[in-house]
Amino acid sequence: MKQLLVFIKKEFYHVFRDRRTLLILFGLPVVQIVLFGYALTSEVKNIHMLIADNANDINSQQLIAKIQSSDYFVTEKAIAAYTAIESEFKKGSIKCALVLPPHFGDDLLHTGKAQVQIIADASDPNTAKTLIAYLTAIIGNYQQQLNVNNAPGYQIIPETRMLYNEEGNGSLNFVPGVIALIFMIVCTTLTSVSVVKEKEMGTMEILLVSPFKPIMVLVSKAVPYLVLSLLNLVLVLALSVFLLKVEIRGNIILLMLESTLFIVTCLSLGLLISNNTSSQQAAMLMSMMGMMLPTLLFTGFLFPLENMPKPLQVIANIVPARWYYLIVKAVMLKGLGFRYVWKETLILLGMTALLLTIALKKFKIRLS
Amino acid sequence: MPDKVISCNNLSKQFGGFTAVNKISFEVDKGEIFGFLGANGAGKTTAMRILCGLSYPSSGEATVAGFDVYHKQESIKKNIGYMSQKFSLYENLTILENIEFFGGVYGLPRKDIRQRSNDLVQHLGLEKEAKKLVGELPLGWKQKLAFSVAIFHRPKIVFLDEPTGGVDPVTRRQFWDMIYEAAASGITVFVTTHYMDEAEYCNRVSVMVDGKVEALDTPANLKKQFNSDSIDDVFYKLARGAKRTGD
Repeated sequence: MKQLLVFIKKEFYHVFRDRRTLLILFGLPVVQIVLFGYALTSEVKNIHMLIADNANDINSQQLIAKIQSSDYFVTEKAIAAYTAIESEFKKGSIKCALVLPPHFGDDLLHTGKAQVQIIADASDPNTAKTLIAYLTAIIGNYQQQLNVNNAPGYQIIPETRMLYNEEGNGSLNFVPGVIALIFMIVCTTLTSVSVVKEKEMGTMEILLVSPFKPIMVLVSKAVPYLVLSLLNLVLVLALSVFLLKVEIRGNIILLMLESTLFIVTCLSLGLLISNNTSSQQAAMLMSMMGMMLPTLLFTGFLFPLENMPKPLQVIANIVPARWYYLIVKAVMLKGLGFRYVWKETLILLGMTALLLTIALKKFKIRLS
Repeated sequence: MPDKVISCNNLSKQFGGFTAVNKISFEVDKGEIFGFLGANGAGKTTAMRILCGLSYPSSGEATVAGFDVYHKQESIKKNIGYMSQKFSLYENLTILENIEFFGGVYGLPRKDIRQRSNDLVQHLGLEKEAKKLVGELPLGWKQKLAFSVAIFHRPKIVFLDEPTGGVDPVTRRQFWDMIYEAAASGITVFVTTHYMDEAEYCNRVSVMVDGKVEALDTPANLKKQFNSDSIDDVFYKLARGAKRTGD
C-alpha cells in the first residue's frame, strides 16, 4: 500500500512538471468549451437580411417591425430595389431577403390575401431552411394578430414547446459531447503515453525487476489520471454552467458516478493501447486517431446517428462515448434519474470490464 | 567454502525450436564480481532475465540468493538490484525524489530512506545538485547515480546489464571504483559488458557462445588457457566459432 502511494506521488510529479501534459489536461477543456460554445455554434442568430419594401404602408411596416424586433435578423430596408437583392446575395452580405409587393396592405385588407417573397441563400441548406422557417413563423404570427380583429375562419394554432431546452440554447447539445471527448483525450491518450514512456525510458525494466507488482504499475498509472479527470469534470461543468448557461438538472452525484465509470472505461482503453505499443508516438497516434475520430463521429453530438447507414450505426454502438453521451444528456439536461439510464450504464460497465480484462491479461509482466 | 549466491545447473531456455540458453551451469560467490560476456545473441540477456526473475527457464535448476527461480521470483526480486544500459532514472524527478521513489518501491521505511539518501548524496558529492532534476545532470553522473540507486536497498546481488555503454573512459574508471566498493561491502556484482578491458577488472569471467558457457575462470587463467595476452583476444578466439549473430 505504501509502495502504491509512493508510486502515485511520483506520477503526480510527472504530470505537474510536464507543461505539455498540464496544458492538454486543463487547457483543452477550456479551449473546447469556448470553441464549441461560441465559434462552432450551429445556432442561427444575427443574420443579415434585406427587406425590399415596395408597399411602404402601415401593414408592411408593422410586419417589418416584427422582424426587426427578433434576435435572429439584422435587417436593412430598401425600397423597390429588386436588383439590389441579387447583387447583395452575390456579395454575400445577406443570407436572405424578403420582398413585399407594391400593394401589400391594400391587397391584404381588400382581397384578404397578399403575397410576399422570401429568398434565401441555400448554398448552406440547413441555415436557409432555418431562416425560411423563422420568417414564415414571424409572418404567420403577424397574420394571427390581424385575424384577432377580423372574423377568423377555421384556424389551427400549433403550440410548440422545446422540451428540456426552451430557449434553444445550442450549447446544451454539445456540452455532454465535449465532456466525453475530453475524457477520451485526457484519460486514454495521457495514460497510454505515460505507460509507454516508462517502456521507452527503460524504467519499466527496473520496475519489473523490483518487487513492485506489475498490476500495481497499471493501478498507479491510472489513479492520478482518474483524480485529474474528476477535477476536469468539475472544471467543465463549472464552465458550462457559468459561461454557457447550461444548467445541471439532474442529480450531480449520479452524474459524477456515471462519469467516474466512463473515466475508468477510458483508462482501461489507454492501458490497453499502451500494452500494444512501444513508442510514445504510436500510442499518441493510436489514441488520437483511433479514439478521437470515432468519438467525434459516432457519439452523436455532431452528426445525428439516426441518419447514418445501418453499418455505421452498428459501429457507433461499440464506441463507449456514445453511451456516456446518452447518459449525460439524460441526467444533466433532462434531469432524469438512474431508472432511465441503467441500460446505458450496464453497457458501459460491460465494456469497461471487457477492456480492463484484456488490458490486464495482455500486460506484459515479462520483458520481451 | 564461501556462500554461493547464484548457482545454475543445466539451465536451459527454449523459444519454440530455438534454444537461447543451452544447459549452462555455473556458480557465483558472495561478494564476487562476475563478468558475463558474450556476443550479441549469445543468450546473455535471456539467462540474465531468468536470474532476475523476469522469465522462467525451460529446464534445469537455478537459485538466486538462495531462492528458486521457478517458485520464488518475488523473493528473488526483493534481494537483487538491477541496472540496464539504458539510463533508467526519471529525468523530471530530482535526485532525492528518484531515490525516495525507488527506495519506496522496495518498501524501505521512510526514515531509512531519508537517512540513507543523505549519506548517498554526500558520498557522491552531489549535495548541491540533490534538488535538481536528474535530466540536468551529465551522463556520467547519471550512470553513477543509477548504480547507487540500484544498490540503495542493499541487495545481495546487483545485475548490471552493460552499465557503462556510452560513458567516457574516466567516468568508466570511476564507475568501476564504485563496483569494487559495492563488492567490498558484500554485494555480489553480476555484470555484462562489451568492453574487454572491463572484463579484466572482474574476479571471474564467463564467456557465452551460442547459448553455452564456453569458458569460465579468472581473467589470468583464461588468458593462460587460451594462450592469449588479453581477454579481448580470448573472447575473439571463442566468439569466432559462433554460428549465431546479432540479437
